[in-house]
Amino acid sequence: MGQQKEAAVLGMWAFLLTEILFFGGVFMAYMLYRTWYHDAFVAASTSIALFWGALNTVVLIGSSLTMALAVRAARTNQRRATVNWLIATMFLGCVFLGVKVIEYADKFEHHHVPGPNFVWAEPGHEAPAAEGGAATSHRGPSPDAANFQEHTQIFFSLYFTMTGLHALHMIIGVGLMMVITWMAWKDRFDEHYYTPVEMSGLYWHFVDIVWIYLFPLLYLIDRS
Amino acid sequence: MSGHISSIKLYVGIFLTLMALTSITIAVAYVNLGQMNKVVALGIASFKATLVVLYFMHVKYASRLTKLIVVSGLFFLAILLGLTMSDYSSRMWVNPPAILQ
Repeated sequence: MGQQKEAAVLGMWAFLLTEILFFGGVFMAYMLYRTWYHDAFVAASTSIALFWGALNTVVLIGSSLTMALAVRAARTNQRRATVNWLIATMFLGCVFLGVKVIEYADKFEHHHVPGPNFVWAEPGHEAPAAEGGAATSHRGPSPDAANFQEHTQIFFSLYFTMTGLHALHMIIGVGLMMVITWMAWKDRFDEHYYTPVEMSGLYWHFVDIVWIYLFPLLYLIDRS
Repeated sequence: MSGHISSIKLYVGIFLTLMALTSITIAVAYVNLGQMNKVVALGIASFKATLVVLYFMHVKYASRLTKLIVVSGLFFLAILLGLTMSDYSSRMWVNPPAILQ
């Protein structure tokens, strides 16, 4: 049993490793475009509401706590508590997705969704002069007024790709948890066998970590 | 790994630490530190991620093989980000001879 569990943990981490590199590719694209089109990225990323991002950070880290407690309950033979903590986790996951819907709706309203209807109308439309440091230290295509529309659109393309992939992972996670909750309800787990709960936990915490990086990159680093 | 069961107190403590770090990173984001804003934000994010990996994902109590897998993931991520950025950021350091352009 111990060896089986060890193998399962190892296999799960091997899967998470592919996930790290999967998200790593998108993060790479974001970093590169950010250094190229610094001014447009600053303008675009300060246009998104910090409040919702911060709220979602609290909600998601909270769901990581309830998930960790669910795993703990499963391995200490507390069936009821396992089910309850899993339901709490799913609930918080759905709150997160609900907030994402509000945020996406806001983007549609402001024409910040990449595509034929994309409009960047905020002040600062004209590319500001590069203010020392960040923008000038990296060589590459420099932003100018004519390209500002396109460059802010690149930001929002990356925004939707990153948060969209993350949300997709959350939806899959909630789906997984429905199955696990049902199994816990049927009393399939005890202190010797709780691998499915533990593995779903690892997945859920991984998705949490992706958000821990998305939040500062998309919402925070250009605020000052 | 199967032997260790963390206390509820520890989990709640980690959660509160993560919340505190989130507040700090939001507060610091509004202070102009120039280039350091990015470094601080990503540093705090990495610290938070480390706490989640070690305590919520139980890597602290995992076997060495599991730890190796986790570190190798970070290693390959570093190659992906590091080598790509070093390529792009150094492309225009030299002007290639006209014949190559």
